[in-house]
Amino acid sequence: MESQLPAEFIVNVNHEKCRRCKRCVINCSFSAIEFKDKVTPNHRLCVACHRCATFCPESAITITENPLTYKYGYNWTPEIRKNILKQAESGGIILTGMGNPQPYPIYWDHMLIDACQVTNPSIDPLREPMELRTYLGAKPEALEFDGEHDNVSLRTELAPQVKLDIPVVFAAMSYGAISLNAHKALAMAARRMGTLMNTGEGGLHEDLADYTDRIIVQVASGRFGVTSKYLNNSALVEIKIGQGAKPGIGGHLPGEKVGEDISKTRMIPVGTDALSPAPHHDIYSIEDLSQLIYAIKEATDYKKPVSVKIAAVHNVAAIASGIVRSGADIVMIDGFRGGTGAAPMIIRDHVGVPIELALAAVDERLRQEGIRNRASILVGGSIRQSADVVKAIALGADACVIGTAALIAIGCRVCQKCYTGNCAWGIATQKPELVRRLNPEVAADHLCNLLTAWGHEIQEVLGSLGINAIESLRGSRERLRGVGLNQEALDILGIKHAGIGQ
Amino acid sequence: MRIDAKGMHYRQLNKIIREAVAQGEKEFELDNVGGQRYIGDGISENVKITINGTPGNDLGAFMNGPRIIVNANAQDGIANTMNAGEIIVHGSVGDIIGYGMRGGKLYIKGDAGYRVGIHMKEYKKQIPVIITGGTAGDFFGEYMAGGIMILLGMNGKNPIVGDYVGTGMHGGVIYIRGKVDPYHLGKEVSCLELNEEDTKLIGSHLKEYCEYFGFDLTEVMSGKFTKLVPLSHRPYGDLYVY
Repeated sequence: MESQLPAEFIVNVNHEKCRRCKRCVINCSFSAIEFKDKVTPNHRLCVACHRCATFCPESAITITENPLTYKYGYNWTPEIRKNILKQAESGGIILTGMGNPQPYPIYWDHMLIDACQVTNPSIDPLREPMELRTYLGAKPEALEFDGEHDNVSLRTELAPQVKLDIPVVFAAMSYGAISLNAHKALAMAARRMGTLMNTGEGGLHEDLADYTDRIIVQVASGRFGVTSKYLNNSALVEIKIGQGAKPGIGGHLPGEKVGEDISKTRMIPVGTDALSPAPHHDIYSIEDLSQLIYAIKEATDYKKPVSVKIAAVHNVAAIASGIVRSGADIVMIDGFRGGTGAAPMIIRDHVGVPIELALAAVDERLRQEGIRNRASILVGGSIRQSADVVKAIALGADACVIGTAALIAIGCRVCQKCYTGNCAWGIATQKPELVRRLNPEVAADHLCNLLTAWGHEIQEVLGSLGINAIESLRGSRERLRGVGLNQEALDILGIKHAGIGQ
Repeated sequence: MRIDAKGMHYRQLNKIIREAVAQGEKEFELDNVGGQRYIGDGISENVKITINGTPGNDLGAFMNGPRIIVNANAQDGIANTMNAGEIIVHGSVGDIIGYGMRGGKLYIKGDAGYRVGIHMKEYKKQIPVIITGGTAGDFFGEYMAGGIMILLGMNGKNPIVGDYVGTGMHGGVIYIRGKVDPYHLGKEVSCLELNEEDTKLIGSHLKEYCEYFGFDLTEVMSGKFTKLVPLSHRPYGDLYVY
């Protein structure tokens, strides 16, 4: 039966400008443009990925939302009506990609940063050194030294640490969800910028073997590609419990994406589904989690920090406390606006907690319990700009994680069709003809540019705050003020309302 | 190398083993083992470890080559994400053994607990094998994606296996010596009769197994086996709409 769903977008072709070069036809990976005497769009298939418009030499293509007006209904929005139609026609769970697009409050945009004036002078970052260096890993309760004066050495045995030159690391995105060229770009940029990329749960492709000191390797419930070599060839190891876009839901790479190369990296036969269900069926308690953490530590001779990644959920503070007590060196918290290659829409749009509130709650809880030093906190789940990084660090994060922002930097148009495998920009696809469109060198340059720009911006803010190291900002909530927030939100965030001085 | 593990913390015991392996030691005999975890964890050399006593959880986790012989019962999480090697247990074992196991052999003389061989995988010639002499608990082969499991039920207990056998299974094969009532099975598996190739395959694995534990191969093979395979390699393919 032909679908009765109206097209989401309209592709407008200016036939006077069009010189029939067919570049748009070749570039459209969703088959939304054909050539029948002239360029002829099939509007229903358009996802607004902008590939055709970008590559049209005459700028003859524009894409607009379908202006077809629905009778106004605040309650029965066009989207809800369309979803009902879609499910009535199919009987399926609605699958979607990228992060939660719903208009929930974004707390980053309700926090303002302090600055110095007159009595506590600001610092000029152009002239003065500004330290962004961050170390991830468990920190000791106290430091003890041997010797004195000129001949001092550290007696305290330090847990393994990973150095970051900028407190922004690339988020876990598996080879399978994204292309090998995207993985290569992330690895190259991570090395050049002194930060890390994350394999996600799909194993590590052999082409990335040279970058292992810059790679977080993930261990998820499916254990794809996990061997003792994989664990040891890494900067650190991350146990994936949950993901912000789909808390309590596992991963599921459809069989059609498991080609020869993915099969080799994940170590499963070609064409089978790669199921990574939630939960790990050997982890039902903090004690079980601890068992896996120490199994990994034993396998890596206690040389790698072990991170545990969870989705931000209602009880996140207590869970994070348990994770720290179970022996994790890093807790990674992923907020409910975090991205995904594929998730049921009902979960992505309705489950979890904003990262701002989760971070504040976790940091506060670990401080109250006197165990904040025992683990670094990494946060992600829609870090969109350097201001978000600054605010997150002031709330107590050690570093931030960017996924969607990194993908946008290399061409992603956030069309939310990652799960189709047809990504026109060569990012969320495994089709060789599409993967080829992403040049890893150029993409790595873009990622480096983005991080360089953010680094400068963070330094500008630090200067205006009158401090010269990111370490001085960490957990300094006094330097944040809330605007337009109610008292409860302010209390959870642990900040005062704007207008209140010291 | 012979180590008296009495009262020793696992971290110390495993450190001694790791360092000796690095020095080229090929054979270990551990006495008075009493619950020490992670023995053989992550070791990639072809060493032999004999354990006298009961080893703790995650025996042979991430292991990639060694041969471990346990002269007693063993606990949970044996062969967790194991890549290659051999573990032979002259007794019974606990829960979640062979989780995500991707290669090598795990031979158990007695019974096994819940969740045996879940997420087991195979890749090309690397096919993991778990053989259990007695019975097993619920969720046998849950989410199994590859490999071979053989359950013999030779202790006379009934039922041979618990509920939800092969739930979410999408690869590999399970052979159970005896009849399995359909209500024990997950909805993703189908029950088949053995063909000639199956008999040959079981026979080749059981020959070695019987030699290790002193069972009579002819007698073991005389039982009637049930074969379980997944209905689909894509059990959840039709669940979604785009």
